[in-house]
Amino acid sequence: MRRLVLLSAPFWLLLPALATGAHADDGFVEFVEVTGRLSPETRLYPETAAYPGQRSHASGLVAELTLYMEDEDGRSITVTPFYRYDAGDPDRTHGDLREAFLLLYGDLGDDEWELRLGFDRVFWGVVESRPLVDIVNQTDLVENPNEKTKMGQPMAHVTWAGDWGALELFALTWHRERTFPGRHGRLRAGLVVDHGLTSYESADEEWHLDLAARFTSSFGPVDIGLSVFDGTSREPTLLPALAGSEFVLAPFYEQITQFGLDTQITTGSWLLKLEAIHRAGAQNRRLDQQLRYEEEDYAAFIAGGEYTINGVWDSDADLSLIGELARDGRGRWATNAFENDILLAARLGLNDEQSTEFTVSVLESLDNSTRVLSAELKRRLSENWSLHVEGTAYFDVDETDVIYEVRRDSFIGVNLDYNF
Amino acid sequence: MRVALPHPLLAVPVMFVALAAWAVEPSAARADSAEEAGLKIATDARERQKGFGNFTASLTMTLRNKRGQESQRELRLKVIEVDGDGDRTLFVFDRPRDVRGTAFLVHAHKDEPDEQWLYLPALKRVKRISSSKQSGSFMGSEFSYEDMGAVEVEKFTHRHLRDEACGDLECAVLERVPISKDSGYSRQLVWLDREELRTMQIQFFDRRDEHLKTMVVEDHQQYLGRFWRAGTITMTNHLTGKGTVLVWQDYEFGTDLDLGDFTKTALKRVR
Repeated sequence: MRRLVLLSAPFWLLLPALATGAHADDGFVEFVEVTGRLSPETRLYPETAAYPGQRSHASGLVAELTLYMEDEDGRSITVTPFYRYDAGDPDRTHGDLREAFLLLYGDLGDDEWELRLGFDRVFWGVVESRPLVDIVNQTDLVENPNEKTKMGQPMAHVTWAGDWGALELFALTWHRERTFPGRHGRLRAGLVVDHGLTSYESADEEWHLDLAARFTSSFGPVDIGLSVFDGTSREPTLLPALAGSEFVLAPFYEQITQFGLDTQITTGSWLLKLEAIHRAGAQNRRLDQQLRYEEEDYAAFIAGGEYTINGVWDSDADLSLIGELARDGRGRWATNAFENDILLAARLGLNDEQSTEFTVSVLESLDNSTRVLSAELKRRLSENWSLHVEGTAYFDVDETDVIYEVRRDSFIGVNLDYNF
Repeated sequence: MRVALPHPLLAVPVMFVALAAWAVEPSAARADSAEEAGLKIATDARERQKGFGNFTASLTMTLRNKRGQESQRELRLKVIEVDGDGDRTLFVFDRPRDVRGTAFLVHAHKDEPDEQWLYLPALKRVKRISSSKQSGSFMGSEFSYEDMGAVEVEKFTHRHLRDEACGDLECAVLERVPISKDSGYSRQLVWLDREELRTMQIQFFDRRDEHLKTMVVEDHQQYLGRFWRAGTITMTNHLTGKGTVLVWQDYEFGTDLDLGDFTKTALKRVR
């Protein structure tokens, strides 16, 4: 946290400079805007905890504020601090600098260029079940076990785009550590992750310079993205270790190289999707004699489709049916729950004034009995308030499954968002 | 009046052909000429809108439900013309606050389906969405996606039905039938004023050919001495009793927008 403040210091120093500029005669700052979100949230775990110390609720408040400033040439600075307070699990109480970047862009002949410098978030991918190709940002895991919430990452990000597509280059440093629930939190392993024992394969540790590139293009109905990442893994290997008299998990971040492909074909009512990766340098879940995990190069993919019926049942509603198959070459030694699974989901968008949306999904293992059921409801209540209800239930989780340790952590969460 | 009488030099041979055809098969010839006239009017109306380059505007949408309760939407849009293809439009939502910063980019095409992308700022994700969604409601309003885009002549077959008075003006009434099977409409009746070929009213018929909605356009204003733009558009749904009023404001033509502001990369930096 202290580092976060130190690293972002240049941006905070720039702010008053820009703000005073607004009063100057030439009006350096053309446009200033503050927006944000406050959201009280509560999450309940109806089942008895599997491990001592775990509480049956997680309740608190999320605050996210975005300050955006733009000058007359379109250059801008965006700063988005984020903070969560949680009364149930102190490790879930955390802050992050989601964004703090300078954005410049311009023409390059018929093409255009863009430069983003600072903390930013980047999304790659097309599928619904799980981010597979997406790798630039660290996962803020305590936010949601679905791995879709990301932390800010310091980067230099250059884009060159034209009719032919876009080429993006990334230089990334100051690796962010993945967040994990603490002793009192649910949705964790039997052992607690000890961030004090974090180690890196690279001698540069978190200061290793990671490089990434991405090319995207469209050919009629086909969108394609090719990406490569070389650097510190965002996903740590969690090694059992002794801290004092207690066993804990020590995060270890390897150096990896990942090639990714994501593509979507958009045709009529169908969206056909594929994400695939090949990752080298990461460890799997198989412990060897010295209690080390094996290094294993592997490939994984998620393929599927989404079929939408517009105006279903003679109403204004849209019903989307989603089916995705996830495979991981490591099989049962995979480090996530998507080693050989199918996801079936239905999303109903009512297209009403409140933009009501209801989603149900089931993730079913093809190898064992594990089944994960999820449901989500989103509805706007007024100009500023909206409601979000989310529930996940774990059924018959197999002992060999990576999510076995969270089998008793089915939950229902409600949050009210106040957007301003 | 250039609609009723095309180019004078063309008029003579066309008349001969029409007369000859009429002599052989009267009803078919009249159907043909109604379609030719319809296409001509629609093409002329579209031609008159060309050459604006680009513009920006802001929009307020007031949604009114059956019980008369109202809610508001605010958005901005940017439009650029593309040589030989459909316009590109970028919508940015400001209100309600939960969709603030969400943006919607449309590359309209004449002969192939439009391309559409949605930008979700919370996830920083650009999603390509299917153009089959065109019949769906735009932001919960009585306007559907297909009602919001620029109307390309190639997307319909046209027929000129009649001329009649519309308020103080004289209007041509066209029937147009969407070519796309994804359209929510079986046909539309369009009232265009003869003088300036501005759209004054559209009646929409659903797939069962029931009169679903009526759109009335008011407060037209001329910009750059050439381009007419609507001030207020009222859409009434006759089946549900709901309505939406669109108020256009802050039209600005000849801005420094270029095609680079209508790409997926640009979508991610929209405010």
